[in-house]
Amino acid sequence: MDRYTQLVNTPVGKKLAKQVGLPKPVPLKRWVPGAKVVEGKVLVGGAPAGRLAAPLMRVLADVGADVATPLRADLREAAAEAGLDASPWTPQASVDHRYGALVFDATGITESARLEELHAFFHPTIRQVRTCGRAIVLGTTPAAAKTPGERVAQRALEGLTRAMGKEIGRGATVQLLYVEPGAEDRIAGTLRFFLSPRSAFVSGQVVRIGGGGGPSDGFDWEQPLAGKVALVTGASRGIGAAIAATLARDGAHVVGLDVPALEDDLKAVADGIGGSALALDITDPDAPKAIADYLRKEHRGVDVVVHNAGITRDRTLGRMDAERWNAVIAVNLSAIERITGALIAGGSKAVLNEGGRVVCVSSISGIAGNAGQTNYATSKAGVIGVVDAYAPLVAQRGATINAVAPGFIETQMTAKVPLPIREAGRRMSSLSQGGLPVDVAEAIAWFASPACGGLNGNVVRVCGQSLLGA
Amino acid sequence: MTPASPRRAVVLGGNRIPFARSDSAYAKATNQDMLTAALDGLVDRFELAGERLGEVVAGAVLKHSRDFNLTRECVLGSRLAPETPSYDIGQACGTGLEAAILVASKIALGQIEVGVAGGVDTTSDAPLGVNEQLRAILLDANREKSTAGRLRHLLRVRPQHLAPAIPRNEEPRTGLSMGEHQARTAAEWGIAREAQDELAMRSHVNLAAAYERGFLDDLVTPYLGLERDQNLRPDSSMEKLAKLKPVFGGAEGTMTAGNSTPLSDGAAVALLASEEWAKARGLTPLATFVDAETAAVDYVNGREGLLMAPAYAVPRLLERNGLSLQDFDLYEIHEAFAAQVLSTLAAWEDPVFCTQRLGRKDPLGAIDRAKLNVNGSSLAAGHPFAATGGRIVAGLAKALHERGGGRGLISICAAGGQGVVAILEA
Repeated sequence: MDRYTQLVNTPVGKKLAKQVGLPKPVPLKRWVPGAKVVEGKVLVGGAPAGRLAAPLMRVLADVGADVATPLRADLREAAAEAGLDASPWTPQASVDHRYGALVFDATGITESARLEELHAFFHPTIRQVRTCGRAIVLGTTPAAAKTPGERVAQRALEGLTRAMGKEIGRGATVQLLYVEPGAEDRIAGTLRFFLSPRSAFVSGQVVRIGGGGGPSDGFDWEQPLAGKVALVTGASRGIGAAIAATLARDGAHVVGLDVPALEDDLKAVADGIGGSALALDITDPDAPKAIADYLRKEHRGVDVVVHNAGITRDRTLGRMDAERWNAVIAVNLSAIERITGALIAGGSKAVLNEGGRVVCVSSISGIAGNAGQTNYATSKAGVIGVVDAYAPLVAQRGATINAVAPGFIETQMTAKVPLPIREAGRRMSSLSQGGLPVDVAEAIAWFASPACGGLNGNVVRVCGQSLLGA
Repeated sequence: MTPASPRRAVVLGGNRIPFARSDSAYAKATNQDMLTAALDGLVDRFELAGERLGEVVAGAVLKHSRDFNLTRECVLGSRLAPETPSYDIGQACGTGLEAAILVASKIALGQIEVGVAGGVDTTSDAPLGVNEQLRAILLDANREKSTAGRLRHLLRVRPQHLAPAIPRNEEPRTGLSMGEHQARTAAEWGIAREAQDELAMRSHVNLAAAYERGFLDDLVTPYLGLERDQNLRPDSSMEKLAKLKPVFGGAEGTMTAGNSTPLSDGAAVALLASEEWAKARGLTPLATFVDAETAAVDYVNGREGLLMAPAYAVPRLLERNGLSLQDFDLYEIHEAFAAQVLSTLAAWEDPVFCTQRLGRKDPLGAIDRAKLNVNGSSLAAGHPFAATGGRIVAGLAKALHERGGGRGLISICAAGGQGVVAILEA
């Protein structure tokens, strides 16, 4: 917790912040192994004729959620079917309740006038959400809508959820999940992530869930990566080390990769999580082949690849020499393309195993741009291009590629940023604070999960809904 | 020896005094006065003067400590034989019906041939307790042997100790009044104000009609100048009910003085016997007391509403008797609050409640509202807590007999998260 967040959560600080109108960050709840997915009552609503009530209720029953629903036959029957002892709910009943999460199935909304259903549900409840609570709207991917009216209404949901994210406060988050028709049974992994404290620093995001593999029967949600091999580049410190630790926590054998100069740090990380260390420079022309050979020989392939390695060489464009430009593009972008290419080459004999997961680390700089970071922003926007370009290619093998785009994360790197800029980075977001490396790692673990085959081509920001590029 | 298999217990009739509003017609009447009056009315109707009955079972929810043997004292004060044994029971608003279950069970087992079940309550002549601190001081003083010692304790008395302890209509474990509890349940089940007012309206209309056609002539005996229930408003209208302000559930609440029962005073008893006893007396059984069930819910931890226990008791009773909720010709669901009746009916139609809480495959479903409380219920008549069971048992038995047969369901909710339900058949 940064000093301001500590201060503003003391009795005096709280009063002061209120009077002066300062941001009021609350300490975010993070997930700890064994914790419940969602604490507090989960209120599930939906527009009539939605198609997600049944799968939603099944997920909530699986996670042992305490559910309430409006007294509508379809919702009540779906709850009963899933074995959920859901309390009945009406808007009048909200007064006495605090909700851990509000979940609304908006897939039944096929014309803009019916968006009023969202108002009817959230109006009496949004102020009753607990600290660090959740609001999740599920819609139909606009491009998959059957009529222009439906497409318009579904596209409109983005404005609602992003605006709600800015209003909800007290560490609560708001997301929109677009579910393609036919992908109803693919929502479990994503819904669990966004309901749980794993998504503490993710808010105002839009996620598209399509076809592709879902969780198998008896899926182990505590050890989703058991038996899997994960490659994490840039693993020796900061966010990379957190990613390695989180994937190891989820059961993966992690192969940490970093430059030879950081080999000692890298080994320490790998030893700490029972993983392996691979020291090489990813910009080396032989690196892609060396990585592929190593993974094939030592682990008979790889299941999860996390392109985390990245560097900054900040200067305004007019003062930036070609060396700075080229170094950043080479590490942050070209290496990712080349390594990804090498790992998926060879069709059924590719190093990336069937159902593999590639997760790239982009940045809000790549989305919003940032003064002094033309090279970095170019590379990170290019990473989004990698996701776009490779998504259809990897899908052929049941694999996926997605990216996280971190905002202001508290690391050694950001600790060196001058205080005024650092404070702006922290406070200019809905959650009014910086994230932790583990927040990025949790989002990557979500994309890496075998349960999330329905996610391909997504870019999700881990930025506390930063105002930058929003 | 008792018979090997139970025999039938039948309801022969009943008697009650008109129910009065609190601090009104019966302001000076005690529980003993009222229950004795109800008993003597029954004695007159069924020519029981000087008779030794199997037993008289009754109770009162609000009771003075001197009334430790209330029912026995009433029997001694009545024209029944003083050799008639009696005892008090208490199950809050379920007292009257529970008394009938006990009497019916003893009859069925052959332990007695005939008995009276009933109850009485006054909210006017309420038992005031001595202030708790004063009580402790008085007891301390009482334990002292010497005058000086007693005086030493009595000098501890302070003016604030003179404030009496008044019985409160609240649940000891939640500190919430029954109305506030029900307001929460009503909000959860989305029970609309209009629906509650409509139920209240129908209760008044039905009870007024029952009086008009003489249905209550052999069920009610005038008392202290009252001939009909004081709370009955035959001229009540939806417009008038709609004007009332919410009394529970805050400003947005739906429960008013019009759709909640008022505090009231009164007594009611019912006469039950074996068929043999009835035959020997030339009395026509009105209905058989078929079976009964009680249930309780955990309202303390908020998992269930305070007054939702009947919603659990009825399905268990139906299951045991191989009946569906629709297999009844008349339903008597005690109107503690219109919202209680409607929440119960809503729960029985809800797939989640019925599968998850009741463990059934399907919802119990809706009932034909035209069969519900056809002669009015507590919203119109009033609800002297323990007296309600006797009123309903006698009234339903007569209604079933009057229509030439049929099956009736009784459901009564009670404080403490309890519910008492029964089936009568004619």
